[in-house]
Amino acid sequence: MADTHAHAHHDHGDHGEHAHHPTGWRRWLYSTNHKDIGTLYLVLAIIASFVGVGFSMMMRLELAEPGLQFIHDQHFYNVILTAHGLIMVFFVVMPALIGGFGNWFIPLMIGCPDMAFPRMNNISFWLTAAGLILVALSTVVGGGAGTGWTVYPPLSNHTFHPGMSVDFAILSLHLAGAGSILGAINFITTIVNMRAPGMTFHRMPLFIWAMFITAFLLLLALPVLAGALTMLLTDRNFHTAFFEPSGGGDPIFWQHLFWFFGHPEVYIMIIPAFGIISQVVSTFSKKPVFGYLGMAYAMASIGVVGFVVWAHHMFTVGFNVETRAYFIIATMVIAVPTGIKIFSWLATMWGGSIEFKTPMLYAFGFIFLFVVGGVTGVTLSNAPVDMAFHDTYFVIAHFHYVLSIAAMFAIFTGMYYWLPKMCGKMYNEKLGQWQFWITFVGVNILFFPQHFLGMAGMPRRIADYPDAFAGWNMVSSSGAVVSLVGALLFFYILWDTLRNGAKAPANPWGIGATTLEWSVDSPAPFHTHEILPEIKAEPAGHH
Amino acid sequence: MIKSRWMLFLFVLFSAGAIAAGAHAEVIGAPQPWEWYFRTAATPVQEDLIWFHDLIFWVEVVIVLFVMALMIYIVVKFNAKANPTPSTRTHNTFLEVIWTVLPVLILVVIAVPSLRLLFFMDKAKNPEMTLKITSHQWYWSYQYVDNGGFGFDSNLIPEADLKPGQLRLLDVDNRVVLPADTEIRLLMTSEDVIHNWAVQSFGVRLDTVPGRINETWMKVPAAKIGTYYGQCSELCGVNHAYMPIAVDIVSKQDFQRWVEQAKTKFASADDAAPMKVVQAETQSSIDAR
Repeated sequence: MADTHAHAHHDHGDHGEHAHHPTGWRRWLYSTNHKDIGTLYLVLAIIASFVGVGFSMMMRLELAEPGLQFIHDQHFYNVILTAHGLIMVFFVVMPALIGGFGNWFIPLMIGCPDMAFPRMNNISFWLTAAGLILVALSTVVGGGAGTGWTVYPPLSNHTFHPGMSVDFAILSLHLAGAGSILGAINFITTIVNMRAPGMTFHRMPLFIWAMFITAFLLLLALPVLAGALTMLLTDRNFHTAFFEPSGGGDPIFWQHLFWFFGHPEVYIMIIPAFGIISQVVSTFSKKPVFGYLGMAYAMASIGVVGFVVWAHHMFTVGFNVETRAYFIIATMVIAVPTGIKIFSWLATMWGGSIEFKTPMLYAFGFIFLFVVGGVTGVTLSNAPVDMAFHDTYFVIAHFHYVLSIAAMFAIFTGMYYWLPKMCGKMYNEKLGQWQFWITFVGVNILFFPQHFLGMAGMPRRIADYPDAFAGWNMVSSSGAVVSLVGALLFFYILWDTLRNGAKAPANPWGIGATTLEWSVDSPAPFHTHEILPEIKAEPAGHH
Repeated sequence: MIKSRWMLFLFVLFSAGAIAAGAHAEVIGAPQPWEWYFRTAATPVQEDLIWFHDLIFWVEVVIVLFVMALMIYIVVKFNAKANPTPSTRTHNTFLEVIWTVLPVLILVVIAVPSLRLLFFMDKAKNPEMTLKITSHQWYWSYQYVDNGGFGFDSNLIPEADLKPGQLRLLDVDNRVVLPADTEIRLLMTSEDVIHNWAVQSFGVRLDTVPGRINETWMKVPAAKIGTYYGQCSELCGVNHAYMPIAVDIVSKQDFQRWVEQAKTKFASADDAAPMKVVQAETQSSIDAR
């Protein structure tokens, strides 16, 4: 967006920094400012990540050797694996990518002053925060929910989880889901109505496309989850029998509803990541995005097809063979738009003048690891092979490559890329690159051997395993320790940036950074784009 | 009396010899340390599955290496030092069509054998016998519906009671005994929550769902007589890790003998003592483990 009017950043000198906004706790509790709410989401994600990562470290340490090391209660192991899944999905990845970066950069990048419904934005965040508290409580009340994040009945029904724990988990997802639906409405309304003059849909940066598509996925998928959760809640508390065979219900019905939400959910987590990677790859290659329209519509088609592939999570439940055949084909179709994205990123870099600063390293790492996780996805999409891998560590390896590694890498990419804009200070480049390499090596040692364990048939969600699985589990656990060092170093870098970081210019990334957020000061003033920037040319990269 | 002692001596000698010679060869369906690939397939389904997996695997390896090569080239050629002036090219219709069409073709190549195998592995064509499997928290029970209808429960052997050679978390008190060279229909259901009956070497991994009966099949050739292990593969509560599956594949004759014994043995269902198989060779091989 090289040709946008540059005067946008002159217009808030008077009242930008001194805007009349509440101070102290009122500023945050009552906040209607998209930047403050974005910061709140990022802080929430960081706090939740301490818990979620802490639980995963407990699991990996327990699994380092066969036999029970320190988790002597298997139910406790089930509780932490459940909480790990719920927290990482709903309270780390989603708040960081969607709530955090979405709130911060949708208005900045489309050139509008704030979100369409600022007050609704506030309630979106606080519902999510309340959800985090409820999910934390679900691990301690009533013995804890040991159902897995998929909450499959009958295990999750009143007979097998009689305490209140599962109810807490259900209500937690209800609140977080309601928050996300409101957020999605806000994102869609903002993007449809509040783009700066001249910014047509086909001139939007790809990050905005990504958030736009994600918002639709949220809007369509989460109500299905809410309905299913409500049925489970009434099964548990009012003796309905939606999922209870003795009352004419069917536990598989839950799985259909859950995965009708659950599969779009994985794209809800990864499409924003696609958006961030597109921005960063283009910025550091100093080149416009290659095949802009193909990239945008690839994301859109991933979103659409993502709604009709859900039962590939259920290949072993025993539904009829023709249906499985359909879900194989539909699932494999997704590989095509995903391939378009990968190759377009490579083509964007091709011929570029690439500076491998930390965000670019992370984007580069993302692309490679997403390819590795993506091809195992093609393996798993084939129902016959899934007979060998369902619920084994192969599946764990696959979805951690695309979610734990790739989505987290996108979060790191976004953090390093936009940190100067958000806090006005530069991170330590050398430390950032160290942090990348430590994390990259750590996660690969952590997750790659899990493919082997899956080949050998090791089931997931067990605290103790047959002795023959010991070797690769030890390797995997040592990778977890290395990854933890990377994570801790990231928090140190964050602290160091806020405390000692050098002052960041409005655009620290040079000529490649053409989107509107780089036209305002760093840190972005409290109010931005009060005079709307005008987009005169096609966005860079689209002709 | 004396004769039987000689027999016992010979038997011990044979067992010791079998152990020395690596009696574990008999256990062909157990996980091995540092295993990083599929174990030898025991059924035609698993054989095809491994073949098909390898097809996809090598396609994927080529794709990953190709992308990796492009990325290395990009790092070397298009870093800011090597290439100070970036190009402005943003389109190449030919390339874009290629990288859309080529993946479609690759997927078609994968899909055809995938669907063929899917239909092949679905149900037995001419089942010769049926085994009914019922899951409980946290053990399996098996019913031989075509062999007199007897049944028994199969529980994990606790760590404290393991005999030398028995595998921790894998060996059970009553193994499933099934004949080789026989097309066996497996019917599965659950009494409480969802479990999953999975034996990696058979290519069988199917949920047991309360209120439903799921069907699959297996057939192990006589050349692959031996013991196979598996574990519950669906989170089913506290003792999910403690409900393993152990299957003895024996010859048809041995199976008939075992059935005759089992009929009386499991006539009263509360009997939980380990099974004995009379036939000397099988007996020795079981004890050798």
